[in-house]
Amino acid sequence: MAAPLLSLRGISKRYGEIRANQAVDLDVAPRSIHAILGENGAGKSTLMKLIYGVETPDGGEMLWEGEPLTLASPAAARRRGIGMVFQHFSLFETLTVIENIRLVVPGQTRALIARILELGAEFGLEVDPHAHVHELSVGERQRVEIIRCLMTDPKLLILDEPTSVLPPQSVDRLFETLRRLRDGGVSVLFISHKLEEIRAICDRATILRAGQVTGNVAPREHDAHDLARMMIGRDMPEPPPMKPAEPGETMLELIGLSYTPDDPFGMPLKDMALTLRSGEILGIAGISGNGQAELSELISGEIRLPFETREQVQMMGEPAGHLGPAERRKLGFAFVPEDRLGRGAVPGMSLARNSLLTAHPLGLARRGLIAVKQATEFTRRCIADHDVRTSGPDVEAGGLSGGNLQKFIVGREMMLAPKLFFLAQPTWGVDIGAATAIRQKLVALRNQGVAILVISEEIDELFDICDRIQVLSHGRLSPSLETRQTRPEDIGRYMIGAGAAA
Amino acid sequence: MSAPRIRPMLVKRDRPSLSLKILAPLLALVAATLINLLLYLFMGKDPVAVFHAMILEPFISFPSFSEVLLKTGPLLLIAEGLAIGYRAKVFNIGAEGQFIIGAIFASALPVWYPMATGQWIWPTMLLAGALGGALWAGITAFWRVRLRANEILVSLMLSLVAIQVLNYLLLGPWKDPNGFNFPQSVMFQYDAMVPLIIPGTRVNASLLIALALALAAYVFMQKSFMGYKLEVGGLAPRAAGYAGFSEGRAIWLSLLIGGFAAGLAGAAEVAGPIGQLQRSISTGYGYAAIIVAYLGGLHPIGIIFSSIVMAAIYIGGDNALVSADLPIAAVRVFQGSLLLSYLMAVTFVRYRLAFARPVSEVPA
Repeated sequence: MAAPLLSLRGISKRYGEIRANQAVDLDVAPRSIHAILGENGAGKSTLMKLIYGVETPDGGEMLWEGEPLTLASPAAARRRGIGMVFQHFSLFETLTVIENIRLVVPGQTRALIARILELGAEFGLEVDPHAHVHELSVGERQRVEIIRCLMTDPKLLILDEPTSVLPPQSVDRLFETLRRLRDGGVSVLFISHKLEEIRAICDRATILRAGQVTGNVAPREHDAHDLARMMIGRDMPEPPPMKPAEPGETMLELIGLSYTPDDPFGMPLKDMALTLRSGEILGIAGISGNGQAELSELISGEIRLPFETREQVQMMGEPAGHLGPAERRKLGFAFVPEDRLGRGAVPGMSLARNSLLTAHPLGLARRGLIAVKQATEFTRRCIADHDVRTSGPDVEAGGLSGGNLQKFIVGREMMLAPKLFFLAQPTWGVDIGAATAIRQKLVALRNQGVAILVISEEIDELFDICDRIQVLSHGRLSPSLETRQTRPEDIGRYMIGAGAAA
Repeated sequence: MSAPRIRPMLVKRDRPSLSLKILAPLLALVAATLINLLLYLFMGKDPVAVFHAMILEPFISFPSFSEVLLKTGPLLLIAEGLAIGYRAKVFNIGAEGQFIIGAIFASALPVWYPMATGQWIWPTMLLAGALGGALWAGITAFWRVRLRANEILVSLMLSLVAIQVLNYLLLGPWKDPNGFNFPQSVMFQYDAMVPLIIPGTRVNASLLIALALALAAYVFMQKSFMGYKLEVGGLAPRAAGYAGFSEGRAIWLSLLIGGFAAGLAGAAEVAGPIGQLQRSISTGYGYAAIIVAYLGGLHPIGIIFSSIVMAAIYIGGDNALVSADLPIAAVRVFQGSLLLSYLMAVTFVRYRLAFARPVSEVPA
């Protein structure tokens, strides 16, 4: 192996009680694609923040091309030749591509455009410099972000979970770009928790668990099982067993649901049809931004339909489009939203007070006063039954890790004993252990006869647990597909809006 | 490579510091006092005399202290009401107008029935004042909920309208016919006055009412489900929407409570130390109470202390006006610097000061 481009020796970082990184060693070779593999909360993001100068380490040293490296800011990192593309894009939607790039890259507009086109041709990153960002697909936006990083001629490019937002077809294209970048002399740090991807593209993988390095391997020489064991410390959990479906009564029905949001950048929904019966799980596949947020708010009641069109949403056989969230819960509905902090839970409040949010009808509020004992008891039960790792009901919700908070919210909603259970992106940012636990619970609920609707970007997850899948793309819902008779590629075709032609 | 330099910067704490939360208002008070004493020094006043008149006298002289208690009443009432709304992030800035309308509603009874007698009169006046204040705040709530108008602007501008309503009444229909054309109403009859509780002073039962309502506010905010809903709306509006707590109801309730408390304070003022309706019924209580609410950490118990402090600043300022020759604006300057100091001090509840280590720079 050639002398490393970047070397980390014994890097540590702690936040209060939490040791995010402990004595991490890492060597990134020049001209290589290097994976950082780990569950959520394993310390991947912290490590990248240290390398990109967002945070400074508490101990250890970093070497860049053999020389000591201290970074005060991302700007300093960029000057050294380190670029980063974040999971959540930082582009202004109302500006054009070139305007966005001009904000951070100095130079003449004409020269910049020439450079954008040149980089695009060289690395397969074609994008129209004059297009407005809000017109671009997610894949194109990601290309803009990568181009913006490449404008400063980095030697190392960090990509934080770049595939999590892409449809399968665009993933292949991204990989092609990354290979060309490597061959062009740029090293890539690729953060992911998807094993097959890493095996497909990475030359080297460093595996993190609980802030420590647990493996440093050539991923192609190991199968997914080995990698998973290094990542989660035990064997990969089995997908939950599914009994043959015995669908019962219709619990949720959308009949020609159409909706135009006030927000000019929202996605209008057109003529949606869906039927969900008790004892089955229906998955809504698709990349977010295609109407997922609007659809989930219409089903939860956070957006209400006018009284005249209330029959477009039917719950437990009743027109429900005009009802608010609390009234829908009274019908036997429960909902886990895609944002945990600030929507599914109030970060600055204790878990016990967060239980009140939706579970107050279960005797947690009496005669207008908060029943502290009952709320604490409810929370304690939720923590115990749903394996929420926390010191108790008085802990602030904002202090929990993503996975644990999600287990708490899912648990709280399950304790409402719903007949119709709706989850949006239930395993977003949740570690594998917690995600598996949530999926197993959903299957168990289905077997007990609950109707379950899941919106998810993770196609694998939907294939694991769903009886049927519908694809949401550009505000339209595909026909229902039987999971057993469907391949991921079929879903992918509907995701890019070419489903009907197939 | 440029020379290493140390830069101070604010770093977010893992969790808000509780001790600083309690310390912040005290630090702010000390800082504001020092700033103002310095200011007086520049103006050529004797800082020792000012310090004595302003800071010590309100607490060591009993007549002065009784006046502090008297002023505490309205400040406490208004601030408790405002704090409930502020925690729900409903910013009612128009307590001054609600206070004035409360005073007007309360005055209607003695102005129209100056001969009426009986101990029912003053409680009825207080109730009428509170309802009047709530009604006035209700206009703001209506505009905010129905027309999506900003409640800060609407409530603030309605205060200016309230002053004109007061002027109209005092210059027109409610002017005392035997008042030598002064813009004021008749003096109220004995039964229209809130009973005194400390003999020899002007401190009356409205202070007890204010303290009782502070306790009620404590129960409402910390123990009741309704208070919880308001707090969720303030901390995480989308979580309130997800839970199905109505935003409109929270706005109505916040404003009505704020208006009710401010109206009650206005009524207690005309039915107490003033004894008639006149132009100068408020010396900016409605605005000072905003500072009181924040200085008390928007906590019902904290506000009891901060309202005493603010009342002492009023009285101390009056004292210094006489004995140390301070200008009348001094009190306002003190209030303003106190709020600014507090806002700076609370930054450190969530952030701490850190010094960035020397940086190795590469030539750009």
